[in-house]
Amino acid sequence: MTNSSSQADPPAAAPEAPGVRGLIRAAEIDSRLFGMIGALALIWTGFHLYGAFANGQGFFLTPRNLWNLSVQTASIGIMATGMVLVIVTRQIDLSVGSILGFCAIVMGVMQVDVLPQILGLGHPLLWIAAAATGLAIGACIGAFHGFLIAYLGIPAFVVTLAGLLVWRGAAFLVARGETISPVDPTFALLGGGPLGAIGATGTWIACAAGCAAAVALIVHRRRQRRKFGFPLRPVWAESALGALACGAILGAAALANAYPWPKGIVRRHAEANGIEIPPEGLFISHGVAIPVLILIAVGILMTVLTTRTRFGRYAYAIGGNPEAADLAGVDTRWVKVKIFALMGLLAGLSAVVASARLNAATNSLGTLDELYVIAAAVIGGTSLAGGVGTIYGAILGALVMQSLQTGMVLVGFDAAVQQVVVGSVLVLAVWLDILYRRGAK
Amino acid sequence: MTNDAAPLVEMRDISVAFGGVKAVDGVSVDLRAGEVVGLLGHNGAGKSTLVKTLSGACPKDSGEIVVSGESVTIANPRDARRHNIETIYQTLALADNLDAASNLFLGRELLTGAGFVDDARMESECRAIMARLNPNFASFADPVSALSGGQRQSVAIARAVYFNARILIMDEPTAALGPRETQMVAELIGQLKADGIGIFLISHDIHDVMELCDRASVMKNGRLVGTVRVADVTEDDLLGMIITGKTPGAPSA
Repeated sequence: MTNSSSQADPPAAAPEAPGVRGLIRAAEIDSRLFGMIGALALIWTGFHLYGAFANGQGFFLTPRNLWNLSVQTASIGIMATGMVLVIVTRQIDLSVGSILGFCAIVMGVMQVDVLPQILGLGHPLLWIAAAATGLAIGACIGAFHGFLIAYLGIPAFVVTLAGLLVWRGAAFLVARGETISPVDPTFALLGGGPLGAIGATGTWIACAAGCAAAVALIVHRRRQRRKFGFPLRPVWAESALGALACGAILGAAALANAYPWPKGIVRRHAEANGIEIPPEGLFISHGVAIPVLILIAVGILMTVLTTRTRFGRYAYAIGGNPEAADLAGVDTRWVKVKIFALMGLLAGLSAVVASARLNAATNSLGTLDELYVIAAAVIGGTSLAGGVGTIYGAILGALVMQSLQTGMVLVGFDAAVQQVVVGSVLVLAVWLDILYRRGAK
Repeated sequence: MTNDAAPLVEMRDISVAFGGVKAVDGVSVDLRAGEVVGLLGHNGAGKSTLVKTLSGACPKDSGEIVVSGESVTIANPRDARRHNIETIYQTLALADNLDAASNLFLGRELLTGAGFVDDARMESECRAIMARLNPNFASFADPVSALSGGQRQSVAIARAVYFNARILIMDEPTAALGPRETQMVAELIGQLKADGIGIFLISHDIHDVMELCDRASVMKNGRLVGTVRVADVTEDDLLGMIITGKTPGAPSA
């Protein structure tokens, strides 16, 4: 690992330069985004320095840890995007962790017991069939919850609290509490790991595509505004925004590529492919992990869904004023069913990622995830009063939660302390949010 | 005079009960094109409930609604909108967290070819209609919670006017407004009347009704007291109908 001393700078340096306020205003960026990035920078450097002083070496700001952090964030982050819509419509879903566990167990049974008998063990489509089953079951459970909430009028708190118990118990019944492993080898790639990442070349290609998309988006929005004669942002603000976006994407790609495969896997890979390992060692990059790509894809799709479709518009309208949405002809009950179905689907997707990463389906998978997911959404700026919340905020919130968790493990806090800290941070975050909103008014 | 044409809306023998209480009890009113009919009465007289059966916000228990000579079923707000019936609610019914354009098009968003909401075109249309209704309006990027009462009112009015309403229901449109904005609403009503739109105007304010309406229907305790031509009665006559629940036998000129 000696040659991995990268210059991978942490993408988050607290913005202090003069004129930053002006830039934020001109660029019409949510100022709380900077608050969250500042909090992340604080957590990251804090844990790194704490490790450096207390244990002699800081492990947080290393490519290895940050890469692992990205993979660990994926499962919570995927569900947090759905929780945004649930909370935006003034609902809550306490059952996501249990739905995750149930879907994971069902997918485990499918891969180990059911599908091999139908398709044959190691069939190339086995992983797709298993994953599709998990997603479908998650969506159906969510839709059922949504039906109980929207059409029978049972409060979401009650329905999903019951779901928390029911689906955890159901998971136990399906597999009698056994751990099911290993999962299908292709399926396992969806969880990350050295092989479950797209490598250096793939990462640079994805990075180039990401930068191109960011620039195209900015140019397109500017054209739209000019076409209708709306006020435009100053050109320097647009350019700075584009440079910032591309810089962040490039930084993340460089970071992912700075983390090499472990020696053992490199050796096996070299032997299998007849490559001779040079004496200074062979540097094979991980690149971006597949679960992180899944999270990015989900983030983009959910952002499009919330900001560019009628469905998303109605969700926010219901959160802002349910009666107004009704009077405007929105079928509010059907929208709620769809939102809970979507939440279930995303819990199923998280189950794919989580069980693939563990290479096993256990009965306890996803326990307490509902709290992390809700915390992520709330820390990311989703208002529990409804009507307000963003997808990117929730993903950043998930990153904050996971950074805290990982940091405490790295510096050696025990589980009890971790729980105390995570709980306290949630309350603190909500209080800061209240102060922020008061200040904004 | 358009009084000889078939009425735009006839509400025949409408009844609505909440539990054992008859909020509306066998009320019949009608509205012609280019006419403003005032609905008067105390709080709880049933005026709002009556028009809610027309706007689809509240189902009627019995009675018939006839629009342009055809009996129609109005079970929800979408049905009402299909018959070009638009409502400006007393509460305005705005989603406070959304901007003016999103509220204007709520439930009827303009879409791009790919099926996404076309925010740019909606904002453009919103700017166009606001320039007509309230030229001072400039807060297109803010959520409507940040707007003044008058500005919010103009968003609610724009929503009713934009979609070519033929029948407009205004529930206390000036209750929350200052004098200048009240004047604006009065001018707008005159303009809509000239365009041949029929308006039900619910109001507490007898001055408003005397000034803006052609006819007035007075309700008390869920029943219709009577309908009079505003030109034939005095303010005191109307006040008498509201308080005593009796129609003046021979309106004094």
